[in-house]
Amino acid sequence: MTATIDGASSVETDAQAQRVSARRTPPPPLPDGVDLRHLASRSVIPLRHPWQWVATALILVLVLNFGQTLFTNPAWEWAKVGKWFFSPAILTGLQLTLLATAISAVVSFLGGIVVALARISRNPVLSAVSWLYIWIFRSVPLILVLIFLYNLGNLYPSIGIGIPFGPQFEVKTVTVLSDLTLGVIGLSLAEIAYSAEIVRAGILSVDQGQHEAAKALGIPRRRQFTRIVLPQALRSIVPAYVNQIVGLLKSSSLLFYVSLLDLFGVVQNLGSTYPTDIIPLLVVATIWYLILTSIVGVVQFYVERHYARGAVRMLPPTPFQRLRAGARALAGGVR
Amino acid sequence: MSIAVDIHNATKSFGDKQVLKGIDLAVEEGTVTVILGPSGSGKSTLLRAINHLEKLDEGYVAVGGELVGVRVHRDRLKELSEKVIRGQRARIGFVFQSFNLFPHLTILENVIEAPLSIGLGSKADIRQRGRELLAQVGLADKESAYPRQLSGGQQQRVAIARALALDPELILFDEPTSALDPELVGEVLHVIRTLAGGGRTLIVVTHEMGFAREVADRVVFIDDGLIVEQGTPDDVLANPKHQRTQDFLSKVL
Repeated sequence: MTATIDGASSVETDAQAQRVSARRTPPPPLPDGVDLRHLASRSVIPLRHPWQWVATALILVLVLNFGQTLFTNPAWEWAKVGKWFFSPAILTGLQLTLLATAISAVVSFLGGIVVALARISRNPVLSAVSWLYIWIFRSVPLILVLIFLYNLGNLYPSIGIGIPFGPQFEVKTVTVLSDLTLGVIGLSLAEIAYSAEIVRAGILSVDQGQHEAAKALGIPRRRQFTRIVLPQALRSIVPAYVNQIVGLLKSSSLLFYVSLLDLFGVVQNLGSTYPTDIIPLLVVATIWYLILTSIVGVVQFYVERHYARGAVRMLPPTPFQRLRAGARALAGGVR
Repeated sequence: MSIAVDIHNATKSFGDKQVLKGIDLAVEEGTVTVILGPSGSGKSTLLRAINHLEKLDEGYVAVGGELVGVRVHRDRLKELSEKVIRGQRARIGFVFQSFNLFPHLTILENVIEAPLSIGLGSKADIRQRGRELLAQVGLADKESAYPRQLSGGQQQRVAIARALALDPELILFDEPTSALDPELVGEVLHVIRTLAGGGRTLIVVTHEMGFAREVADRVVFIDDGLIVEQGTPDDVLANPKHQRTQDFLSKVL
């Protein structure tokens, strides 16, 4: 800053230097008579963060306090939680939750791919129709869709397909569509709209060069998608889609409103029959939802790892590999 | 010698910018042609038009006497179906500036993907041939590595092996060394050099003047969507007749 050649610009530079130095905290001056060369041969003391420890202690106290109430507060009624946890009613509800979620998850993933492909297709009609579909089902609350479907029999007493002005094929709505089918259709209709957007984002995230390379090699169109584009897209699709499945797992509790008894529905019902057991029943439902989400999370880890092949130079170790490595290191240390 | 690639009146615009202004070019079979030109001159677009990655507005490209991407329909040229074009592309190898290897497939899987998808023989045979190609580009020991685990030069050599997998009669190289560190350029040029004179026709867009001088049978200088000058490397590189060629060469040499 001191050695400027041009007078005019030195005024400017000095002003700038002042602004910069006003903002920065100056480092402490060198103490007199210190032999820096001597210090250079010693390891540097890392910066300590004492407030981190204070915050940690505070949080630990709060968590332990709450943890204590789980055992000391009799209102949790853990004995009843244990009694209800594996009761047949709860397990039937759990089964329905799993069934509805699993079917909807698969249907909405495949449907999502179809709608996403339609959305990015060059055909303007396909693209417009899928845009419209996504627009409607992302706008309307799921519960509304479900209740609409539940009343489908009133809206369309029979459903069928036929050649316009030609022969028609019809069946009674109530006879073909069971409550569960309607529920799954409702969940899937909404999920497809969301997963289509997830899949579309994934496809768009694949580099244009990949499409070109596949084209230039003369790889058939379908295989270009299934072998080249989709596996790469899945890397970004999987985390978002699993998030979606976790949401779906919980949205399935809305099936209660179309008289289907899923996990939440069963708890609701039991709660009104045994009003004194409401808290333990809610705890049972909470724990089951936690377990289901955890299972989904574990599956997610391995699926993500599978699709990360080639995207990173080295795959991160699985928890088991980490445990084994840790155990080996420990054993080595003992020896 | 017969003509391997015949380009006539190649014309192409992106929006209101005309990139190719009616290029005529004939490339003889089994020769190496190097296309030079300043950036934005249309040389890459011309190369991409040869295997129909870029559609021409007017004009045509014929490879081995067969129109690429179009057919005669009454008194016009009409675009072919994707399926037919795919078959044509399989006869033309293409090497990209940015390699464009499939990152989720191993090196060997990259090389054998096209022959597998077209069903060119048994899987064991295709794998065997893939290994031979990897050996040919000096990467026999890397077959189960993923592209990102390789250096840029190695990746481009895999891309060349991949382009060779369908045994094309013509290979197009779009600035194959421009994305590489200077010390890796040599190994890629070496592989391309080994392909020259093997009966295949090579067309290379590049800025490597040494390579052009040494390997090219013909050098074509393109500027502003038109061929300014073409001839042997001696003609074009050592004794350029046009001012624009001289200006360009004085900048890159």
